[in-house]
Amino acid sequence: MHIIDRRRDASGKSLGNRQRFIRRARALVRHAVREASKGRKITDAGRGGEITVPADGVHEPSLRRSHKGGIREYLLPGNKTYSEGDSIERPPSGGGKGRAAGDGSGEDEFRFALSDEEFIDLFLEDLELPDLAKRQVMGEEKTQPRRAGYRSSGPPAMISVPRTMRNSLARRLALKRPKPQEVKDLEARLKELEERGDVSDLDEIQEIKAQLVRHAKRSRDIPFIDPVDVRYRRFEQDPKPVAQAVMFCLMDVSGSMDEHLKDLAKRFYSLLYLFLSRRYRYVEVVFIRHTHEAKEVDEDTFFNSRETGGTVVSTALEEMVRVVSDRFPPANWNIYAAQASDGDNLPIDNEKTVALLKSSVLPLCQYYAYIEVGREPEERRRGIEPPSTLWRAYDLILSPQIPMAMRKVRDRRDIYPVFRELFERKSNAASVGV
Amino acid sequence: MTITAAEDRLLFKGADWDFDTLARIYDGVAEVGVGEMGLDIYRPRIEVITTEQMLDAYASTGMPLFYRHWSFGKQFVRNETLYRKGWQGLAYEIVINSNPCVVYLLEENTATMQTLVLAHAAFGHNHFFKNNYVFKQWTDADGILDYLAFAKNFIAACEDKYGAAEVERVLDAAHALQNQGIHRYPGKRQMDLRSEEKRERERREHGERLFNDLWRTVPELAKKAKRRSDRDRRRALLGLPEENILYFLEKTSPRLKPWQREILRIVRLIAQYFYPQRQTKMMNEGCATYVHYQIMQRLLDEGRITEGSFLEFLHSHTSVVMQPDFDERRYHGLNPYALGFTMMKDIERICSDPTEEDRHWFPEIAGNGNPMETLKDIWANYRDESFVSQFLSPQVIRKMGLFLVVDDHREKDLNVGAIHNERGYSRVRRALARHYDVSRHDPDIQIVDVDLEGDRRLELRHHVVDGVTLEEDDAERVLQHLANLWGYEVHLVETNDQGDLATKHHAEPIHPFV
Repeated sequence: MHIIDRRRDASGKSLGNRQRFIRRARALVRHAVREASKGRKITDAGRGGEITVPADGVHEPSLRRSHKGGIREYLLPGNKTYSEGDSIERPPSGGGKGRAAGDGSGEDEFRFALSDEEFIDLFLEDLELPDLAKRQVMGEEKTQPRRAGYRSSGPPAMISVPRTMRNSLARRLALKRPKPQEVKDLEARLKELEERGDVSDLDEIQEIKAQLVRHAKRSRDIPFIDPVDVRYRRFEQDPKPVAQAVMFCLMDVSGSMDEHLKDLAKRFYSLLYLFLSRRYRYVEVVFIRHTHEAKEVDEDTFFNSRETGGTVVSTALEEMVRVVSDRFPPANWNIYAAQASDGDNLPIDNEKTVALLKSSVLPLCQYYAYIEVGREPEERRRGIEPPSTLWRAYDLILSPQIPMAMRKVRDRRDIYPVFRELFERKSNAASVGV
Repeated sequence: MTITAAEDRLLFKGADWDFDTLARIYDGVAEVGVGEMGLDIYRPRIEVITTEQMLDAYASTGMPLFYRHWSFGKQFVRNETLYRKGWQGLAYEIVINSNPCVVYLLEENTATMQTLVLAHAAFGHNHFFKNNYVFKQWTDADGILDYLAFAKNFIAACEDKYGAAEVERVLDAAHALQNQGIHRYPGKRQMDLRSEEKRERERREHGERLFNDLWRTVPELAKKAKRRSDRDRRRALLGLPEENILYFLEKTSPRLKPWQREILRIVRLIAQYFYPQRQTKMMNEGCATYVHYQIMQRLLDEGRITEGSFLEFLHSHTSVVMQPDFDERRYHGLNPYALGFTMMKDIERICSDPTEEDRHWFPEIAGNGNPMETLKDIWANYRDESFVSQFLSPQVIRKMGLFLVVDDHREKDLNVGAIHNERGYSRVRRALARHYDVSRHDPDIQIVDVDLEGDRRLELRHHVVDGVTLEEDDAERVLQHLANLWGYEVHLVETNDQGDLATKHHAEPIHPFV
């Protein structure tokens, strides 16, 4: 009989099978992920989570006898009142009498948890996100320590023990500091000779004693570790991009923005968040909604509450500038802004908006994206509609030198291509600017 | 002094255990199981695992290693979710029919549970695996782990060489047919040259012995036209009819590549390996439950476990052998543990303390006074179906209140066919035996013809019993897989004994394997 402790063995033996299953159910899982991400907060967009997949799509067929029709016999335990020949009313189908219900044909759907990695992969795959690593997002300079050899002075915490001991050993060898073993051998020899008590050994005993005295002195004079041996680890400060970013979500919440438009905007924000959170260690999100006045709110209010009022975009920009100066000094933060709107603005406000954007907002931002969300194409077949007021106003300031871009989005499908275009433009602009 | 002596006899104290305790428990259990009961077991290999590893093991039908396929991942994901939500507990152990017999113990079990589990799996199941004739006939306990290792490596190598998607397609198709990949009867052995020569010699000697020149003078009847039809010759050549579809494909499918045939063979052999388990589920559990019950009882009698431990054991034992009545919500069919254990205990009673009724029903074993030997003989020589039809006693039928319900779809109501009374015993027993007859559960499907020189269409026939046809959707899908494997058209006809044409299915290859 052997007893083997397998608990330490690598777990995850089923990982390969699990991945194969997810690959197999890819289309279903993708759909489920899309459904699941609808009900999520922006900052949770990239987290793993539980999803539900209909079992039908991953059904394993086999040749088996049908559950309907024919003559069947069931053997049941626990008879109380029945006698031979009794009739029992047929139970409603589905519930089933006896085994018919209980033999595993009922696979409805199943739920399972995806890890963060799996979820992001599927989420981005859903949007066909290409490799974004090539695109650069400008980062602020900051320093980070880097190992750079040794030095002979420094704080005790930085002592490099291996290097110090190496120096000590070299010095002890060079100066012939007696080794403990040598001393021990001499002492043993001395003891042996003394015990023998032979007169002819007296010379040797004298010699050994003298040598021991010399050794003791030498050991005292040559320390085991001398201050000259000690070395400290040396670090140099290297410049490093700032690892924090703030993302401003600006949205028009006046009556004309319905659920569909908000959903489009939310998807765009989610993507931007995912993108930023892969580039920066900390990403803060600030939500600013506006009608004819603007206010910083939490996410829930941002997407779900409705306001009435006119539409004055400049108020949102003013609010953003205020929040930046309050909490996010541009020297320490990468600032991104994404504005979503259906394009309405009070005509007399356009001039102010443009001026504000040019003078205060754009200088603060790494990037400013404007998305104009529109209705389903069916509803607007009546000819080509003219550009919205806000679009026309923003169109005037666009130029390659300005880190700003704008796009129209009509359908969920457009979100990713638009997102990609926006960021392609950004990298071009950067290269032109340099 | 006496107290310490009694404590020394205890196998363990408290709920905690370590590996020394486990070895001590094993020795204690072995003393009873092998020493007193005379069980004959494979050398066990006991492996302590975590819950996560238990979930892993679940996903690969308990085997320590298995090839990779998404369906196992599906299984894993399902079990994991059920477990994490608390909808399903985990088994305390898994035991594998191999030599050495691998027994997995869950690390969370208490010392009492480990004792129970060792008695149940390492002795009960292990004895059954080693001695039962279906396992002896169909499985090779010595070779299974090596074969699984080979299968895993072979399929992994195929994935590298031909791509995971291609391999997955073959496996999907093979899995769909794995219930049709079983030899149900031991086949004819191919004769080796020596025995063929011997047979030839014996035939000649026989002929010489009977030779009588007089026969030559008897006028000969006109020779019967013994020419077989083309169809018969063809069928004989291909060994048709054949119910093992995977075997037939492996040997004769015209378009499969060697590696694809090998994969079919792997799936087929593994299905064959599990076939005895399906046939003996109830007996196997009954045997293991009976064994653990006897052993725990003896350990208590000998003062090797405390009464507290025994109560803990009884708690799990009774929940395992509990049979809810048919009208309770928790009823999920007959509990194999409950029926098996009840029948084993009943046989023990018949052997040692029979009633008049028992003497009438079981003249061979009633009152023979040797329950252990009788049970061991039964464990060795029966499977569920034959076991029930031989040993289900009226007493058990009465105790469990077994009754038979006949469901004829042509009638409005269900009909109670037999209950636990004098008139009903035989019928209940026969019906229960049929319920455990695996070959009645699996549809009887055979390959009846194929014209290799013509259009190569494969003809299958489903012999419909009791008017129960195949599950329509599934049959279509499986047939599609079959057509892809075969590479040409496939026909499936469902007919009953009267030869009425019930249903016809048809499939043509969409993505044949080429």
